[in-house]
Amino acid sequence: MKSRILLILLVAVVAVLAVSSCAKKLDLFPQNDLTPEKTYSTAAGYKSVLAKIYGTLSITGNTGPAGSPDIAGGLDEGSQVAFIRMLFNCEELPTDEAVVAWNDQTIHDFHDMKWTSADPFLKGIYARPIYNVTLINEYLRESTDAKLASRGISGTDADDIKKSRAEARFLRAFNYWVMLDLFGKSTFIDETNLIGTDLPGEKSRTDLFTYIESELKAIDGDLAPVKTIEYGRVDQGASWALLARLYLNAGVYTGTTRYSDAITYTKKVIAAGYSLQSNYAQLFMADNDKRKDEFMFAINCDGLHTQAYGNTTFFVHAPAGDDHNDFGVGGGWNGYRATKGLSDLFADLTGGTDKRAMFTTSKYSPTPSQIAISDVSNFENGLHVNKWKNIRSDGGPVSDVTANFSDVDFPVFRLSEMYLIYTEAVLRGGAGGDAATALNYINLIRTRAYGNATGNINSNTLTLDFILAERGRELYWEGHRRTDLIRYGLLTSGTYLWPWKGGVSSGTAVDSKYNIYPIPSANRTANPNLTQNAGY
Amino acid sequence: MKPKRLFVRIIIPLLLILACPALFAQNKTISGKVTDSKDGSPLSGISVVPKGSTGGTVTGSDGSFSLTVSGRVTTLIFSSIGFATKEIDINGNTMAVTLTAINASLNEVVVVAYGSRKKGDLTGAVTSVSAKDFQKGAIASTEQLLQGKVAGLQVTTGGGSAGGGSNLHIRGTASLNASNAPLIVIDGVPVESNGIAGSANLLNTINPDDVESVSVLKDASSTALYGSRASNGVIIITTKKGAKGKVKFNFNSKFSVGTIAKKVNVFSGDEIHSIVIADAIATGNNTYKNLLGGSNTDWQDQIYQSAIGYDNNISASGSIKNIPFRVSLGYLNQDGILKTNNFDRYSGALNLSPKFLDDHLSVNVNLKVSRTSNRFADEGAVGAAVTFDPSQPVFGNKYGGYYEWLQSDGKAIDLATRNPLALLMLRHNNSMVDRIIGNVQVDYKLHFFPDLHLQLNGGIDNGSGSGDDNIDSTSATNYKTAGRFVHYEQKKKNTISSVALFYTKEIPSIKSKLDVLALHEYQDFITDVSNFPAYGQNGVLVPGSTPTFATDKPEYRLESYLGRLNYTFDNKYILQASLRRDASSKFSPDTRVGYFPAASAAWKLKETFFKYATVITDLKLRGSWGVTGQQDFGNLYPYLPRYSQSNLTAQYQFGNSFYSFLRPSAYDAHIKWETTTTSDIGLDFAFLNNRISGTVDLYYKKTKDLLSVIPVAPGSNFDITLLTNVGNMENKGIEFTLNTIPVKTKDITWDFGFNIAYNKSKITNLLKQPDPNFKGIDVNGVGGGLVNTIGKYAVGYAPNVFYVYKQVYDPKTGAPIDGLFEDLNRDGKIDDNDRYLYKKPAPEVIIGVNTQVTYRVWTLGVAAHASLGNYLYNQYNSNNGVLRAIKNPLNFIQNGSRSYLDTKFSGNSTNEYLSDYFIENASFFRLDNINVGYNAGKVFNNKASLRLLASVQNVFVFTNYKGLDPETANDGGTLFTLYPRPRTYSLGLNLDF
Repeated sequence: MKSRILLILLVAVVAVLAVSSCAKKLDLFPQNDLTPEKTYSTAAGYKSVLAKIYGTLSITGNTGPAGSPDIAGGLDEGSQVAFIRMLFNCEELPTDEAVVAWNDQTIHDFHDMKWTSADPFLKGIYARPIYNVTLINEYLRESTDAKLASRGISGTDADDIKKSRAEARFLRAFNYWVMLDLFGKSTFIDETNLIGTDLPGEKSRTDLFTYIESELKAIDGDLAPVKTIEYGRVDQGASWALLARLYLNAGVYTGTTRYSDAITYTKKVIAAGYSLQSNYAQLFMADNDKRKDEFMFAINCDGLHTQAYGNTTFFVHAPAGDDHNDFGVGGGWNGYRATKGLSDLFADLTGGTDKRAMFTTSKYSPTPSQIAISDVSNFENGLHVNKWKNIRSDGGPVSDVTANFSDVDFPVFRLSEMYLIYTEAVLRGGAGGDAATALNYINLIRTRAYGNATGNINSNTLTLDFILAERGRELYWEGHRRTDLIRYGLLTSGTYLWPWKGGVSSGTAVDSKYNIYPIPSANRTANPNLTQNAGY
Repeated sequence: MKPKRLFVRIIIPLLLILACPALFAQNKTISGKVTDSKDGSPLSGISVVPKGSTGGTVTGSDGSFSLTVSGRVTTLIFSSIGFATKEIDINGNTMAVTLTAINASLNEVVVVAYGSRKKGDLTGAVTSVSAKDFQKGAIASTEQLLQGKVAGLQVTTGGGSAGGGSNLHIRGTASLNASNAPLIVIDGVPVESNGIAGSANLLNTINPDDVESVSVLKDASSTALYGSRASNGVIIITTKKGAKGKVKFNFNSKFSVGTIAKKVNVFSGDEIHSIVIADAIATGNNTYKNLLGGSNTDWQDQIYQSAIGYDNNISASGSIKNIPFRVSLGYLNQDGILKTNNFDRYSGALNLSPKFLDDHLSVNVNLKVSRTSNRFADEGAVGAAVTFDPSQPVFGNKYGGYYEWLQSDGKAIDLATRNPLALLMLRHNNSMVDRIIGNVQVDYKLHFFPDLHLQLNGGIDNGSGSGDDNIDSTSATNYKTAGRFVHYEQKKKNTISSVALFYTKEIPSIKSKLDVLALHEYQDFITDVSNFPAYGQNGVLVPGSTPTFATDKPEYRLESYLGRLNYTFDNKYILQASLRRDASSKFSPDTRVGYFPAASAAWKLKETFFKYATVITDLKLRGSWGVTGQQDFGNLYPYLPRYSQSNLTAQYQFGNSFYSFLRPSAYDAHIKWETTTTSDIGLDFAFLNNRISGTVDLYYKKTKDLLSVIPVAPGSNFDITLLTNVGNMENKGIEFTLNTIPVKTKDITWDFGFNIAYNKSKITNLLKQPDPNFKGIDVNGVGGGLVNTIGKYAVGYAPNVFYVYKQVYDPKTGAPIDGLFEDLNRDGKIDDNDRYLYKKPAPEVIIGVNTQVTYRVWTLGVAAHASLGNYLYNQYNSNNGVLRAIKNPLNFIQNGSRSYLDTKFSGNSTNEYLSDYFIENASFFRLDNINVGYNAGKVFNNKASLRLLASVQNVFVFTNYKGLDPETANDGGTLFTLYPRPRTYSLGLNLDF
């Protein structure tokens, strides 16, 4: 009996042990992820978050080219939440510079100018800059002097992080500028809005303009002087360039023109030591990081390390077909072309005189019958644009051996744009500049384009209409056209028609509400603080 | 608890117990006779066992027995199926015993949560299916045994792949973004349901031949005992056990041939010729005409084959040295009808159930091991075969000798459809999955308080999958990197340990019976993920394929307490109440604890009102109410703010260095359980000595705090959607099961069973704050351009309701007009506001029919199931039935769907793809199985008995659906192509010896 009692006790002990061994903790943490505390415990952690903040402009998630998107919501990672691609679809596709053959959801509504607040592309386009700002706010909250001190980060690390705070604020202003330009008013959040708490509020277009302006001015002293910081990061030049662009369009944004301010800031940029590169085509090639002397700010892309379907990879695939080798890629996406509106800006389409006319490939030449578009959905119709190429100017191999992902960096601000802003602001009566300097700037651009002075103009030719056309020639397919046409009152009106404007082959005027995009209805459902734009 | 610890803590004490010296007294011999209490006829085959000791015997044909027992034994136990067990004290050397026959079906033991109940005592909606009622034929995966057998259980195979899995729904779906699959428990171990790398279906690692019975728990009072994992019902699989007695063997073998039952009716090469040439004449553009080939290739014939399968099982059960055991070995090899597809399984199972210490200590050991090997076919070939241009030949002179679409530079067109046969033949994706499911249960009946049992249970479910996916260097799919090789590997380690106290007490003085359970349980779910880079077949690393982390280890844990009280009064009224408390690591400390109460009652009307009515065999009214939870969703840490690192192809360049990202994830600090409250009223009936029996159940399920991915305000979190608790949904329905024996004579028995279930699901809320303009959440992407969605989660509708344009038809011809839709809101333009909510993919009614006729030694069985009110979006017709599909804009030709002849759709507008024209009624009736059995009786000098079986599976389908097969495992109701379900002919033999 003794042994039996002993056994009974043993079983009881086993039972007790079984219960107690289970009292393990239920607080589990993923093996590979980091807590916020751990993330920001080192300077390297800050730099990785800063890389993400910049990277949101180039790629779409944490896995290149796709797989763990920043923004889900049933949107297509490659086409609907990619910053550069969405900028192209919003700023170029509704204009004479682009049509698309695909029939992805509502993509045709852009050129037809009949988009609605239910548009999935617009939902993504609204979400991207605000997402970027949400990240930036978090970074700003985590990088205050007090937080750095409490984490023992000091010396040059702390100085660099302080500088990066100014860059983050520039990028926040830049993202808000996209909202300002596309949607007018915007969801507004700054570092005081914490995650998962109250619903964000809204800023009107005028208030947003004021905010962007004041932020850019406030950070001027904290940003690195021009060209004193590592490639890829912004300095004062970028901030001045954004201010110049903001002031040029102030009349549209706020109803009050600010041309003199535009001149002030273009002058600051131009005086800072940038220079036009000799070869226009090389600005849009795989090794255009060598052309940084002309760029105030470029978004970096790399075929191996920075992969996405919506950065310049899109630029080198979407207009390519069977002529994909001319674009430096292994296959075309047979999508985008331009209308006659763009080709009409050039007297000679061959590129023989004005080398910016890059409309000839191994398969297509810009003949009138080629340029005519009888069917938007037929990729064969239209003006084929071979401006962006994943080919190195030095003939070397690109990063991606499969020739799929692009190395081409996306220049956001170039010196030519600053010359053009200066000139337009002068012509529109802005103070602080002069017509002779303006003419000189335009001729610098044209000399580069022609390779000699044969394309140079005189002061009689220097009109506002000429500037619009020159902007078309110099900046086409870089994301400026819609803003330009709106500033000139031409986007929706019947004054200027191009093929398929408004979805009609001969072109038609559309309602002026299309000068601004609607607030996506899904966002208004999720956030009742948001109001709709007029007409939608 | 770790397996090693389990060993130390349970097995070693057991061994010590075994070593305990027993006390023996002098032996004595008892003899006697057992008779039927009704008519005094002798009863043979009654087991006679000494209580508290080992040994025993059975009565002979005259009812007599003789047994020598230890002098310590004072009582004998007389038992047999169909008779009430009696314990009789030994008083002298002879005994005369009478046994009373009982209603066998009511005494059938049904396995329920944490125990078993007599069928007649059940208070909840539980359906048990035993081996004899399983689906017959060549079946590789256990859940498919249940097809059509249980009212309210929908089993939908994913298609015809060898070893492929199924989608299971019990009483519709209660969740939107969390799982809708029931919890599966095998011999007390809740098993992994989320699959593992290298396995098409984790349930295929269990040999169906080892399964004794399956209980389907449907109402909350039955399932709430599993608390947080039980909202979708529970399926309890019980494997075969050893029984006391002589060792018996069983050998069974099946051979099967699967053939393709139906092909998609596509255009021939000649027909594509005519269409393309007609178009060239109409448009004056010869681009596509020039691409035509001169062949007539039937690509479907190229990719399908006859599939051979064989399945051999041998088992032994009985007892050795008084330890009951069962051991089995099985080997199955099954080809798929898609060329290169194969599934192969070795399985073994062991059950031991020894008892010690005068039966005070019983031990139950279950171990199931299996090794499955898969050769996965590239199922892209199924879609490619109905899409690839039939005017092209099978073979070409590049890319492994297969014809492919080429660019002008001679390289394969990047985005073109690939040669279907090449997809199969130039890819070798082989995997191996090992799995062990085992548990040890120790039940100790306290010596000093025998009404109380202490039960310890330790279980493991370990799976380990790995494989190599090789794409040939000549394949057009990966020619840029000289093919591709990637290794994959994953391990899952789930453990469960519990300690429980069972208390049972019968108090005859107050006609009461009590049954109480208190339990503490702990479960740990670990996945070991290994990530590997991809290489070309030339050994060169595929750029960018280096994983960010070589390993990952997602893990979650559950800790639970459970109490259950079952009270029976006067054998008429049964009451059960239970409460489970679960704490899950998936939620924050503030929200991780959930309480799941349930209560149920049964009233045995038969005992109360019709005790002596012979017509009524059974009549019982049941009612139950309970709360269950749901926490099965992909994200294991949804409440935690955390940063994750980007991979090496998602970096940003500063200066000359590339920096990986650290990205914060969206999170909801307050996320908690989704809970479902279910009420159920049921009636169990049986008449005419069980010739007619059945069950009716009415239920109402209400789910709140749905775990939904909903749009959140941009700027409020690190995404525009968030997994959070919002929304409500309800399911209501009625289930009816009828089993009858219309004919029962000496020679002929005819069984007929029928079950029907009606379910209606409705989302009743989806928003945190109301918005009159909110139409719902877009779901279910379909082709025809990027991310078109065809479905909605919309308030007031079933989940996945289709969201479509209303097609306009030509009044003369009745044909749909290309791109013309009704302007439903009459605003003069067609936009998203003109789409409407129309039909839904989930069935309203599911039906199962089973019948069997036995004539002497022959049996003929037929099983069928049907589904009514389910609709499908015919994505094959919408994608391929347009001219744009035939004339692909990327400069190649594809085959089209014949629906193009009816529609002449161009495919140039997105809206065409979203037309209600493509929503088709997919109601169907499928004859699953016809089988013939022959019982050859005794063979081999009476040493063995032999049965033979022949069957045909997937005999035919009645439906109006125009596509290949109306049955889809895709809840969204979108179907492009499907690995066709084969028609399988099989022959089997079963030998008992």
